[in-house]
Amino acid sequence: MRWLVVLLGLFAALPALAVNPDERLTDPALEARARSLSRELRCLVCQSESIDDSNADLAHDLRVLVRERLKAGDTDAQVLDYLRARYGDYVLLEPPVERATWLLWFGPGAVLVLVVLGVGLAALRRRPVAPVPLDTQERARLDALLRDGS
Amino acid sequence: MSQLEARSRGRFALALLPVFGFLLLIGFFAVTLIKEEFYGHDPSELPSAMIDKPAPDFALPALLEDRPGLARADLGGKPALVNFFASWCAPCRHEHATLAGFAASGRVPVLGIAYKDKPADSRRFLAELGDPYQRVGVDADGRTAIDFGLYGVPETYIVDGAGKIRFRWVGPLTQEALEQEILPRLAALGDK
Repeated sequence: MRWLVVLLGLFAALPALAVNPDERLTDPALEARARSLSRELRCLVCQSESIDDSNADLAHDLRVLVRERLKAGDTDAQVLDYLRARYGDYVLLEPPVERATWLLWFGPGAVLVLVVLGVGLAALRRRPVAPVPLDTQERARLDALLRDGS
Repeated sequence: MSQLEARSRGRFALALLPVFGFLLLIGFFAVTLIKEEFYGHDPSELPSAMIDKPAPDFALPALLEDRPGLARADLGGKPALVNFFASWCAPCRHEHATLAGFAASGRVPVLGIAYKDKPADSRRFLAELGDPYQRVGVDADGRTAIDFGLYGVPETYIVDGAGKIRFRWVGPLTQEALEQEILPRLAALGDK
């Protein structure tokens, strides 16, 4: 019985939230926007985590900063631009779609289209070989077989 | 027959194309990996988005009684080195002698910003290791650092005579980094 409880406890374990209670805004709508923005922003210290997930000191400061900007009336885009001006596009976990990132965004799709086109063209160009007609001997044998079978 | 042979040879070359592509990719990754080994290039080191942009606006209170704090108005006029440090930061301790040596040469002013540190601790740090700074500001909440685009201490910035950020060095300033990265850039800015 006890091991069952432990097992259930293990499965119920949730990832600890990095966002501390004292950072949260009282306005739930603003807090929701802050959370979704935080998930889009890279923690510059840990680099593969969002600031929403990271326990780094800088991530904490940036979470507080995002909430301050929102409280001051910034739009989501303004908050992102504020941080991009200081840390560059790298602060965004999802790179923006622009000329320099076209290859990144559309490259894989383009390769797929090229491959499908290539394979399709190759299949079309391979003409089916016309079957050689039966000669009289074969014809007679086939007819005989068909007759016997019915 | 020869036509058929030529066609099958073409097919063979086409089939090798993905293999070549794969080798190209491996080569690219290998170079990226080896680069760190040979040139000491750290792939996690970020380029600054603030290069060639004016230094951000700030006004920081003084850390020491005998020297003023640091504000945006103190930058510009002539090139300067702005160094973010903290007493809790081990690499800062490591770079301090290099920084002091450079400051003693009197080439350009070295300005300090104590990043998210208790002023008493910063003062003890400087008393213990020496104080290379002309001015030291206290950035208690780290906001000025964020405006500089800092993501860890120590970081050292070259600010030119027009008040623009021209270069950032991430991590402890070594003698090598000073000679190869900082001094040539200062010379190009005409600090003499």
